Amino acid sequence: MNALNETDNTRSRILKDKIVLGIVIFFSLLTISPIVLIIGKLIAKGYKQLSFGFIVENTPSTFEAMTAISNHETIPGGIANGLVGTLLMVAMAAAIAIPVGIIAGIYLYETPGKFLPNLIRNVSDILQGVPSIVLGLISYMWVVKHVTNGFSALAGSVSLAIMMLPMIVRSTEETFKMIPQSLKEAALALGVPYYKVILKVMIPTGFSGLLTGILLAIGRVMGETAPLMLTALGSSVINLNIAKPTSAVPLLIWEFYNDPNMVDLIWSSSLLLMIIVLSLNVISKQIAAGRK
Amino acid sequence: MNTDKVTRIVLISVSVLILIVAGGMVFALVGGAIPSFSHFGLGFITSATWDPTEGKESYGALPFIAGTLITSLAALVISLPLSFSTALFLGEYFRKSRASKIIGMMVDLLAGIPSIVYGLWGFYVLRPFLVDMGFENQGFGVFTASLILAIMIIPYATSLSNEIIMMVPNDLKEAAYSLGATRLEVITHVTIPAARSGIIAGYILSFGRALGETMAVTMLIGNANIVPTSFTSTGNTMASVIANQFGEADGLKLSSLIAIGLLLFLITGIVNAIGKLIIKKMA
Repeated sequence: MNALNETDNTRSRILKDKIVLGIVIFFSLLTISPIVLIIGKLIAKGYKQLSFGFIVENTPSTFEAMTAISNHETIPGGIANGLVGTLLMVAMAAAIAIPVGIIAGIYLYETPGKFLPNLIRNVSDILQGVPSIVLGLISYMWVVKHVTNGFSALAGSVSLAIMMLPMIVRSTEETFKMIPQSLKEAALALGVPYYKVILKVMIPTGFSGLLTGILLAIGRVMGETAPLMLTALGSSVINLNIAKPTSAVPLLIWEFYNDPNMVDLIWSSSLLLMIIVLSLNVISKQIAAGRK
Repeated sequence: MNTDKVTRIVLISVSVLILIVAGGMVFALVGGAIPSFSHFGLGFITSATWDPTEGKESYGALPFIAGTLITSLAALVISLPLSFSTALFLGEYFRKSRASKIIGMMVDLLAGIPSIVYGLWGFYVLRPFLVDMGFENQGFGVFTASLILAIMIIPYATSLSNEIIMMVPNDLKEAAYSLGATRLEVITHVTIPAARSGIIAGYILSFGRALGETMAVTMLIGNANIVPTSFTSTGNTMASVIANQFGEADGLKLSSLIAIGLLLFLITGIVNAIGKLIIKKMA
């Protein structure tokens, strides 16, 4: 046995095994390095600008920013218009996508293996793969051209809602698949009407799963820029009229990036956006982990 | 009995909304693209000129189709060793360990970063780095865009392949170990063959993601309406040309941009359908 182990063949096999392990570890560390580098860069360059005023004040004009730079001061103002716009549009998108998504998810779960639900599931999967910029184009043609007759918060929300919808359908169906059938059957056996079984048994039991899916979807659409460029356009003041152009944090980052006077604001805005998006991500993962 | 019927009707009619939305999307895209297609015919897809000069407007989508396919393919190739190694790390070598929990969480965070933040980081960190390394003069172009795309699709590719690798039955692997196989041999002779089609599907879906990425690519590809000739060449993808030119577009140009959107919709739809089909066949 000992002699066998020490043949050249075995030794080279073990050596190969070790080399590949080394490569796997190296590449894995390389894979996660961008997250460290990106967050590090955002914190290093963005923390100075972050303050209470940054959250509650509107964006400065290019001229104000230019004056501040030439006086070697920090750029005044903040991104309140973007934060409010993001909240407004994401809330509207959620109000559209969550009920529809959950009801469709329940339908898909309740009627497996039939033609119509299969079709809906496949179409929903295809929707999930549609690039966000195409969703922007579509909302432009639907809402900007025909409903609000101009760029608007509503158009932005519609594009975000189409983006959220398939994610929520999918997560709802997956959540309900994990609920034991016996719970539902017990309720039905007691003669509880079907809609009450859904409202009083299934949704409460699967609540944390549904919440995870919703938070993940919100986190995804919150950072979207491309569809909003074609729909919400942007605004330098807080706007609550859903038929008027509205700003959003990612849209502001894009504007700052394109304006040499404002470019210093990109880091703090991105840092704030990342804090919001990543917290949503982490919270939803925690909820999901708690379920298991 | 009656309420059950009402419930069913509500469930069905709301769900059918998804079909209506999807139909409406296709209808809107096709409707918007008709002026362009009726003006240029199929030449729209094969023409490489993009000339907005008034009077002799001519629009062709070839540079953008080429730009999209080249950057996405390059991103796929770059991401492959990285994401596959990470998937092996998570699902095979350090399965269920603390290390794999931490790495897995960081990969998830990578998926949560908005496209525009990737773009900024690419512009202010990655691009100067490539210039310093002597890869490119300006740092803009197909290679830089592909690199950032690769980083962006790594989390998807990793989690999809990881999921499939975790599904390989332990009995199979244990049988190989009992015959004296090394870990590497188990991976190459058992895990990969058993998981092959799932892994391929995962990479196809990641490719589908890369096709539609907009902001980061827009910020790094150089925005030239030409068919890229090399990795250092500038270009434009279908998504980035829409983002760039939409602002000042109307008439025939707007219709051409919508037509590009329609083509992008079709291409990503087909790629995703293939990926999903392979996964479905496996299950």
